[in-house]
Amino acid sequence: MKKSTNVTAQRNNRWALLGIKAMVGVVVLILIALLGDILITGLPHVSWHFLTSPSKDFGAGGGIANQLFNSIYILVLTLLISCPIALGAGIYLSEFARPNFLTSVIRTIIEVLSSLPSIVIGLFGYLILVIKFQFDFSIFSGAIAVMLVNLPLLTRNTEEALHAVPQTQREAGWALGLSKWRTISRIILPAAIPGLVTGVILSAGRIFGEAAALIYTAGQSAPLISYTNWNPFSPTSFLNPMRPAETLAVHIWKLNTDGITPDATQISSGASAVLIIVILIIILGSRWLGSYLYRKMGGTKS
Amino acid sequence: MASYNLDESYLYQAAGPFAITTQDLNVYYGNHQATFNANLKFPSNRITALIGASGSGKSTFLRSLNRLNDGIARVTGKIEYQGIDINQAAVNVYEVRRRIGMVFQHPNPFAKSIYENIAFPLKQLGMTSDLSNRVEESLRAAALWDEVHDKLQESALDLSGGQQQRLCIARAIAVKPEILLMDEPTSALDPISSRKIEATMQQLKKDYTIIIVTHNMQQAARSSDFTAFFHLGHVIEFNKTSHLFTTPRMPTTEDYISGHFG
Amino acid sequence: MNDVQRKLMQPSAATKQDRRGKIISLICIVFILILTVSLIGFIAVRGLATFFTNHVSLREFFFSSAWNPGQLGKNGQPQVGAAAMITASFAVTLLSAILATPFAVAVALYMTELAPKRGARLLQPVIELLVGIPSVVYGFIGLIVVVPAIRTLFGGTGFGVLAGSLVLFVMILPTITSLTIDSLKQVPDYYRSASLALGATRWQTIYKVILRAALPGILTAVVFGMARAFGEALAVQMVIGNAALMPTSLVTPTATLTSQLTSQMGDTIMGTLPNNALWSLALVLLLMSVIFNVLIKWIGKRGEMQK
Repeated sequence: MKKSTNVTAQRNNRWALLGIKAMVGVVVLILIALLGDILITGLPHVSWHFLTSPSKDFGAGGGIANQLFNSIYILVLTLLISCPIALGAGIYLSEFARPNFLTSVIRTIIEVLSSLPSIVIGLFGYLILVIKFQFDFSIFSGAIAVMLVNLPLLTRNTEEALHAVPQTQREAGWALGLSKWRTISRIILPAAIPGLVTGVILSAGRIFGEAAALIYTAGQSAPLISYTNWNPFSPTSFLNPMRPAETLAVHIWKLNTDGITPDATQISSGASAVLIIVILIIILGSRWLGSYLYRKMGGTKS
Repeated sequence: MASYNLDESYLYQAAGPFAITTQDLNVYYGNHQATFNANLKFPSNRITALIGASGSGKSTFLRSLNRLNDGIARVTGKIEYQGIDINQAAVNVYEVRRRIGMVFQHPNPFAKSIYENIAFPLKQLGMTSDLSNRVEESLRAAALWDEVHDKLQESALDLSGGQQQRLCIARAIAVKPEILLMDEPTSALDPISSRKIEATMQQLKKDYTIIIVTHNMQQAARSSDFTAFFHLGHVIEFNKTSHLFTTPRMPTTEDYISGHFG
Repeated sequence: MNDVQRKLMQPSAATKQDRRGKIISLICIVFILILTVSLIGFIAVRGLATFFTNHVSLREFFFSSAWNPGQLGKNGQPQVGAAAMITASFAVTLLSAILATPFAVAVALYMTELAPKRGARLLQPVIELLVGIPSVVYGFIGLIVVVPAIRTLFGGTGFGVLAGSLVLFVMILPTITSLTIDSLKQVPDYYRSASLALGATRWQTIYKVILRAALPGILTAVVFGMARAFGEALAVQMVIGNAALMPTSLVTPTATLTSQLTSQMGDTIMGTLPNNALWSLALVLLLMSVIFNVLIKWIGKRGEMQK
C-alpha cells in the first residue's frame, strides 16, 4: 500500500516537473517567435532612406524620420522634468517620511497613480493641457502626460535605490555631525547611483515605447519640420516644443487604425523593428552600465 | 535564573571632572521602555565600559548620548555636557554629534578613497585648512598610517575589516570630538584586529573620553578604567573596573561576570 | 555662556541645510500628490456629468448594452449603455489572467525552485524583454499574426475577445511572473528542507508547501496582472474589432472600455453627451484601478494575518 502511493507520487512528480519545463519552453518560444517575427519581417524595410525621410499619409514609400526624432525629443524632455521630481519625492519617502498615517496616505496615492491606465492619464492631459490651457497637441503636452505615467515608477525606483544603501552609512554621516541633508546628498546618493541610473534607463525604455498617453496629447500628426531651423519659437523648427508631434509608437498605432497608407504593414514592421532595437539597446545598456557602476563603486574586494 | 531586585544599585562616586553625565535617563521604543532612570557620570580622559547581556539597554543608552536615537526612540531625563542639558529639542544636535563622536559595531567606511573618508567630513564641516596633515594625524592616532600611507587614494572598501574599523576611528577623531562612543567596535573583528583597536584606545584616552559598549568581559577588564553593568535596562553597578570584576557589590553583577547568565 | 555652550544652543549651517532639503523634497512629493488628486477630480467631474447634467440613469449605463450616445433610442432617450464595453473589458482581463497565471507560475517555479542558477540567468532576460516590448508592437503582432490565425481557425473576422486575450496574455505574463518570483523567494528555506526531509517529492513540496505558503503573493501578482490587462488600451484596441456590441462569442468584434475611449475620444465634441459618456467610461477605468489597488492591499493584509 505504502509502496504504491510512493510510486504514484514519484510518477506525479516526474510528470509535474516535466509539465513545468514544457510551459517554460512555451514562454521562451513565444519570446523568440515575437522577436524573430518583428526583426525578420521588419528589418528588410529598414534602410537609411526609411530612417531619414518623412512619412507620407496617402502614398507608399514614406519613412519615419520625424517620428523617430519626436520620440527622442519627448523622451529627453520627459526625463529632464521627471528625474529631479522623482529624485526629490524618492528622497522624501526614503529619508524623511516617518512611518505614520500621513505617509501611508501619500504612498497609497502614488500607488493609485502608478496603477492608472496610461490612456486615462493621456485623457487627463488632453482635458487639462490641450483643451483647458490650450497648449494644443504638442511635444510639451505629451511630455507632461508621459511624465505622469513615469513619475510614480521612477519615484519608487529612487526610494528603493536609496533604501538599499545600508543604514550604517547614514549613521556614519550623522555621528560625524553632518546634517541629514548633507548625509543624503553626499553619501547616500553617490552610493545609490548604480540603482538610480539603472532605474532611469529602464524608464527611458518605457517612455520610448509609450503611445496611449500620447495620442491625445502629443497628437497623431507629424507636420513637416526643418532640421536647420534652430529657432525654437518657429512653428517649423524641429526644436519647437509647441508643435504637434506623432512619435514612433503612435505612428505604428495610427498606421494600423486608419488604414489609408497603402504600405502601412511594411512601414509598421520596419518601425516596430526600430522600436525594438532601440529598446533592446536600452535594456542591455542599463544592465551593462549598472554592473559597471557597481564594480566601480564597490572596490575590488567587498 | 534567580530574580533580582532591579531597583537596587551600587554607584561608585568617581572623582571628577566628568565629561558627560546622565540623570534619570529613560529611553522608550513606543511602549517598550529600554532604559530605566540611568544615572551615570563618565570621568574625563578615562575609558568606561558598559557591559551586560543582549537587550540590557547598554547600546540604547550609548546611542542616546549623542542623540542618535532622535526619531527612533523617546528619551527623557538629562544628559549634561559642558554645563548644558543636551537632551533638549533646542540644542543643536549636529554640534552635539560633532563633539561626541561614535564608532559602530560594523565598520562603515564611505564608498570613497581612504583619504576622502577622512577629508570629506572635514570639508563638509568647513575644516578645510591643513587637510592632508589632519588626515595623516588622525590615521596615525588610529594606528593605521603605517599600513595605508602609500595607498591613500585606493578605495576604503578594499581594506580588511580591522583596518576599516581603525579608519572609522580615525574618521571619528579627525573632526576633533571630546568624547568617543564605541558600540561594540570589535565584535565583528578577529582577535588580532581587536587587540590592535584596544591598544589604539589606550593611546586615545590621553585626548579623549571613551565610552565603550562591549559583550566581551575580558576586553572590558583589560582595557577600561571604569565599568557600568546594565541588566534589563537598569544600571546595576558602576565601579572601578578592577573592583567590579574582583569584588562585585551586587549579586546580579556577580552572577553575570561569573557566567551564570547572559 | 561660554563659546562651546553658545555653539551648542545655536542653529548652524547644518540646521538650515536640513530644513531646506526637507522642504525641497516635500515640494516634489506634494507636486505628485496634487497632480494625482486633480487628475482624479477632473475625470470624476467630467465622468459624472453624464449622470448629473444629462440625467442618464446609472441602471441604463451599467446594464444596457445599447451604446449610441449621439442618437435617441426608441424610448426617446439617448442610448448610453456601457454594459457591452464593461463585459468585454472583464472578459479579456479574466481570460488573459486565466491563460497567463499557469505559465507565469511555471516560469517562476523553474527560476526559483527547479533551476535557481541557470534558469534564472536564462529567463530573467526573457522576462525583461517581454516587459520592454511596447504595447503597440504587441498590438501590431496581434493584428498581423493572431487575428488572421483566428480568422482561419474559427472563421469570422478574427477580431474579438479571443484575439484581445491572447495579446494581453503575453503582455501580463512578465508582470505576474516577476511578482510571483518575489513571493516564492520569501518562502523560508526551512519549509523546503523540512518537506523534503519528510520524504515528500519535489512536486509535493512545491504543490503542498511552497505554493500554499506563497499563495497570497501569487494572488497579488495575478491581480496586478489583471489591473494591467484591464487598463491596456492600444494593443487591445488594435485587435478587438471596435464595435460597441455585447460580445456574443469569443470571436465576434466588440469593444472594451479602453478601446472605445481610444477610438472615439477624438470624434466627439467636448461638453456634449457623446463626449461626457466617454468620460464616464474613463471614470469606470479609474474606479476599477482603485478597486484593484484595494484588492491588492486586502490580499496583502489577509496574507500577513495568516502568518
